[in-house]
Amino acid sequence: MSTLVVQGLRKSFGGVRAVSDVSFHVAPGEMLALIGPNGAGKSTCFNMVGGQLPPDAGTVLLEGRPITGLSPRAIAHRGVGRTFQITATFGSMTVRENVQMALLAHRREIWQFWRPVAGRHADKADALLDQVGLAAQADRATSVLAYGDLKRLELAIALGNGPRLLLMDEPTAGMAPAERVALMQLTRRLATERGMAVLFTEHDMDVVFDVSDRILVLNRGQLMAEGNGASIRANPAVREVYLGSGATSGGH
Amino acid sequence: MEIVIPQLLTGLAGASSLFLIASGLTIIFGVTRIVNFSHGSLMMLGAYIGWSILTRLPRDPEWFVLGVLAAALATAAIGVVLEITVLRRVYRAPELFQLLATFGVVLVLQDVTLWLWGAVELPLPRPRWLRGFVEIAGSRLPLYDLILIGIGPLVLGLLWLALHRTRWGTLVRAATLDRGMVAALGVDQRLLFTSVFALGAGLAGLGGALSLPNSSANLGIDLSVITDAFVVVVVGGLGSLTGAFVASLLIGVLQAFGIMLLPKITLVLVFLVMAVVLVFRPNGLLGRPQAEAREAALPAPVVRAAPRELRLLGLAVLLLAAAAPFLAGDYALSVLTDACVAILFAVSLHFMMGPGGMASFGHAAWFGIGAYAAGLLLHWLGTPMPFGLLAAPLAGGLFAALFGWFVVRLSGVYLSMLTLAFAQITWAISFQWVEVTAGDNGLLGVWPPEWARSPRVYYWLALGLAAGVALLLRRVLYAPYGYALRAARDSSPRAQSIGLDVPRLRMVALVIAGASCGLGGALFSYAKGGVFPTYISIAHSVEALLMVLLGGLQTMAGPIVGALIYTGLADLLVRSTDLWRLVLGAVIVVLVIAFPEGIAGAVRRLWLRGREA
Repeated sequence: MSTLVVQGLRKSFGGVRAVSDVSFHVAPGEMLALIGPNGAGKSTCFNMVGGQLPPDAGTVLLEGRPITGLSPRAIAHRGVGRTFQITATFGSMTVRENVQMALLAHRREIWQFWRPVAGRHADKADALLDQVGLAAQADRATSVLAYGDLKRLELAIALGNGPRLLLMDEPTAGMAPAERVALMQLTRRLATERGMAVLFTEHDMDVVFDVSDRILVLNRGQLMAEGNGASIRANPAVREVYLGSGATSGGH
Repeated sequence: MEIVIPQLLTGLAGASSLFLIASGLTIIFGVTRIVNFSHGSLMMLGAYIGWSILTRLPRDPEWFVLGVLAAALATAAIGVVLEITVLRRVYRAPELFQLLATFGVVLVLQDVTLWLWGAVELPLPRPRWLRGFVEIAGSRLPLYDLILIGIGPLVLGLLWLALHRTRWGTLVRAATLDRGMVAALGVDQRLLFTSVFALGAGLAGLGGALSLPNSSANLGIDLSVITDAFVVVVVGGLGSLTGAFVASLLIGVLQAFGIMLLPKITLVLVFLVMAVVLVFRPNGLLGRPQAEAREAALPAPVVRAAPRELRLLGLAVLLLAAAAPFLAGDYALSVLTDACVAILFAVSLHFMMGPGGMASFGHAAWFGIGAYAAGLLLHWLGTPMPFGLLAAPLAGGLFAALFGWFVVRLSGVYLSMLTLAFAQITWAISFQWVEVTAGDNGLLGVWPPEWARSPRVYYWLALGLAAGVALLLRRVLYAPYGYALRAARDSSPRAQSIGLDVPRLRMVALVIAGASCGLGGALFSYAKGGVFPTYISIAHSVEALLMVLLGGLQTMAGPIVGALIYTGLADLLVRSTDLWRLVLGAVIVVLVIAFPEGIAGAVRRLWLRGREA
């Protein structure tokens, strides 16, 4: 069964059809890239899956259960992790505490007023930090981390609730090219190991063709192509509207 | 009809005066992002300067106009001095510190005014031409009201022209939308900010001078006007000139009819309108959502338990405090009891404001609710103190929950303004519901029972409760709930995406803060033997802010340090000088400029210098 099934998703802003009739699915362990030119409706699509925007029509199923129009919080509790285009972490906490928060929230241990946080689920947090390569920085303040490390921290936080589906909105925006590939290969490995479905939007075609299993191309709110890297690269319509004629990969 | 039209016109005249103040406030906020607490003081200065000028001039209409304009210009000049000496140095500080600095200016200007013009109210003898009436629809209307009604739209028109037809105006509008971009284009920000502040101050001065024929120059103008002006600016939408105009019409007319129909609840009505507007339009009638500041505020430092040495120091201070009754006299003990109350007041505000991220301008509301809960129970039912001390936090928490239901969705300045509104409503009820609360006279005879009446025992009781609550709150902040609250403040989208219920977290923080503060209110009432509406005054709410900000938001010890320093400073000043407001205000301004992260924060930074990874 697919982890995520999206059917007939639709959203208008005023008179503008931002997304019309978009359907797709993501299988466990699969990485699906959502690409398209600016204004194609990627983020809108994404926010409807993540609960930030309610769709006008359509359904979103997570492992067969509808999550359409639920709040981001409810969706998180059903096993969806997410990272943001502009990193969002808890600046007044250490790196480890950031992950501890995710673990506490996942176990619904937030409404406790007495026992201190210090040390709770610290092993589990350190294990997650180790997986993303941040173990050495666990005690540092989040605010002093390099940007690439923040992105990896976000990934560790998102993994904190053991997600079946991971949503990544432009995960490599603002990173140096070498770091981009490293981060996405890390994600690739985690997806395979955990059988976690990953849906991500991305502008860097190197990254897209490198790590994704399948690619969806959106244009003006409509799904215009779907397939693996090779077929998307060969698709003349995609080349026309998205990559431009005679395009090569590697545009930033 | 014969009642409606004059009342409507009175309302419109009031609206014009409101607009003069609010327009300056909103333009200054739009460009500099400073909520200028001292705007009412500028109006007060305008009134006093206007009085000094007009009483020396011939009493003809043309001299009146010249005198009023001269007063406006003089106030504008004072505004320039203020901007250059104070505000310019705090533009980079967090917005609450800016507010604190401008409140320091309020205190300074109050004493300067008192010193220059004396405490007596100064009415302007009205020349004959100002006493004229005009007959409209069968009613006699004061000529001066009609003049005022015309001035509002006239000023709006002139401002509109200045903003849309001059290069300066274009820059002001651009800076309101995105001041980072304006700076990037190479515009001299200092000149722009100074000129905007001068304009705002001039408008306030104009409003002050023009208010003279209908009222007088008096020392109460500053705080009464600033509350009204805040309401107008918030209802209209911060930074929106047209919004301020529409809102001043709404509020002006509402006040005029309110006084006629429901004189007792006019103030409540005004603030209820503001609350309703904010619930449905969280950015005011014509306001836009505040753009994210590009020069992001300093990232909050990591909260770590205090170093061992500091904790030992804290323990030593607590032991010393417990031993104080053996070392100090009765007067010192009463000051120390006040300090314990101040600690409750400050730590409860810090709880919602620091980790909770919800700044309150009306924290005295919970204090007053607790005080009145205890006082009313004793007064009407004879309930003894132990039950009063239990009922006070319950009442504080309950009202905080009610109020929280509609504020937890707001943020930033709007949230602060709504807390101010709530405090003013509470104040108005305590002041005007005379049958129950005894109004201005207060509830008297609120004394502790025999066993707690000696200053020594009562001090120990206060110390035990204050230290207990402070330690309890600290414990909560290091528990998962406290972390989650902080997480919601640090990044609301991230908090939601890991499954945290942000509104509920904030709601519970409000209830905890309200309850702790309510306890402080009750404790204070039994110590003083009475409950008075002044417990809920704006000045009292600002005291809480002062303590927390002086101590610093980032450390748990901050509010306690702030409360102690503030209580000590205030006591020392009140005893040693008549000009204590002036000194206190100046100290506040200097502290804000010198320690933008608070005193405890600065000590901590020096302590940790070089130790943080």
